[in-house]
Amino acid sequence: MTNAPVMNAPAHDDFAHHVRRYLYVFYALIFGTLITVGASYIPFGNREINIAVALFIAISKASLVACYFMHLISERKMIYGILAFTAFFFIGLMFLTLWSLSDFPRHTVTH
Amino acid sequence: MDIPYTIAPRPDTGLYNAKAGIWLFLASEVMLFGALFSTYILLRVGAPEEFWPYGWLNIPLGTANTLVLITSSITTVMAWASCKMNQFGRFKVFHACTLLLALVFIGIKSYEYHDKFTHYEISLKDGRLADGHLVERQPDHVVIHGRFVTDRKELFDLRGRGGSHPHEEITLAVADIKKMENYGPWHNTYLAIYFTLTGLHALHVIGGALVIGFLWGPGSRLWRRDPERFTNRIEISGLFWHFVDLVWIFLFPVLYLL
Repeated sequence: MTNAPVMNAPAHDDFAHHVRRYLYVFYALIFGTLITVGASYIPFGNREINIAVALFIAISKASLVACYFMHLISERKMIYGILAFTAFFFIGLMFLTLWSLSDFPRHTVTH
Repeated sequence: MDIPYTIAPRPDTGLYNAKAGIWLFLASEVMLFGALFSTYILLRVGAPEEFWPYGWLNIPLGTANTLVLITSSITTVMAWASCKMNQFGRFKVFHACTLLLALVFIGIKSYEYHDKFTHYEISLKDGRLADGHLVERQPDHVVIHGRFVTDRKELFDLRGRGGSHPHEEITLAVADIKKMENYGPWHNTYLAIYFTLTGLHALHVIGGALVIGFLWGPGSRLWRRDPERFTNRIEISGLFWHFVDLVWIFLFPVLYLL
């Protein structure tokens, strides 16, 4: 099998450094998962706080995956452009959802 | 004719074409799952609190599946890094691990689905409810492993009040049964959105595993002819796989814990 080199020697060392970083992210994700489960058993007083804590940890974990495993921390401008549009429409979608919660048709019986 | 920009970046985007393509595709995926998450919010907020299930899913199994997907993410990125470092043998090992972990995830999910499809809520003619897993079904009687409840509200909160409940084997005459329904997606809105979200996610896992399996097997022949192009393919399939992991990071707390 021909193994044409994909990278030269300095780049190889650079990747070894990246690999260590991936492992740290992996450990952080495992830790975050265990914290999420543990926090769900803690009675914070009301369920809204439990929801906020779980979502905060989930967003942190998702950011680690996106930034390091998907390399968003050092990407090209075009990808950031695509994601900016996505974020705009995603936030718009969630905003419409929340808005609709207080927009009942007339004569609706609410509990 | 050669497909342009499979390795070299396009001058205008600064990316090779497949990378621009996968990010556009992932953007559409964000909107697809976003629509379903907003559906979940509407259903949850619209439901009376005492009728929204709590603790219906197996948390240890959900946690295990989360750890499985996270581990598959690291093996995917290590497979790509191995290609970058010109270590094809290591790539093969890491991607085989990813495939194996994908199968484990689907296996655990299938077990959870089976558990729901064999779990029945049975309304009796005397007004009581029997709830539990089907043991035996005969023309004249049904046997379940479960419990009786008098108020349907007791079935919804399995974590908060009381925790676990004693279960026993219950034999019910078919003549006494008014209605018998399993915990499929038709049972209530929680299970409808649970099966929709996790079913769609599982289809993504299966689709991703098929692509990774192809690149691990017959598709890996490209490494001999054009290792850089092959490495780019691994990066693209990896981006999709990380997205699948990212969706699960939100699905797990939302459906299992909250």
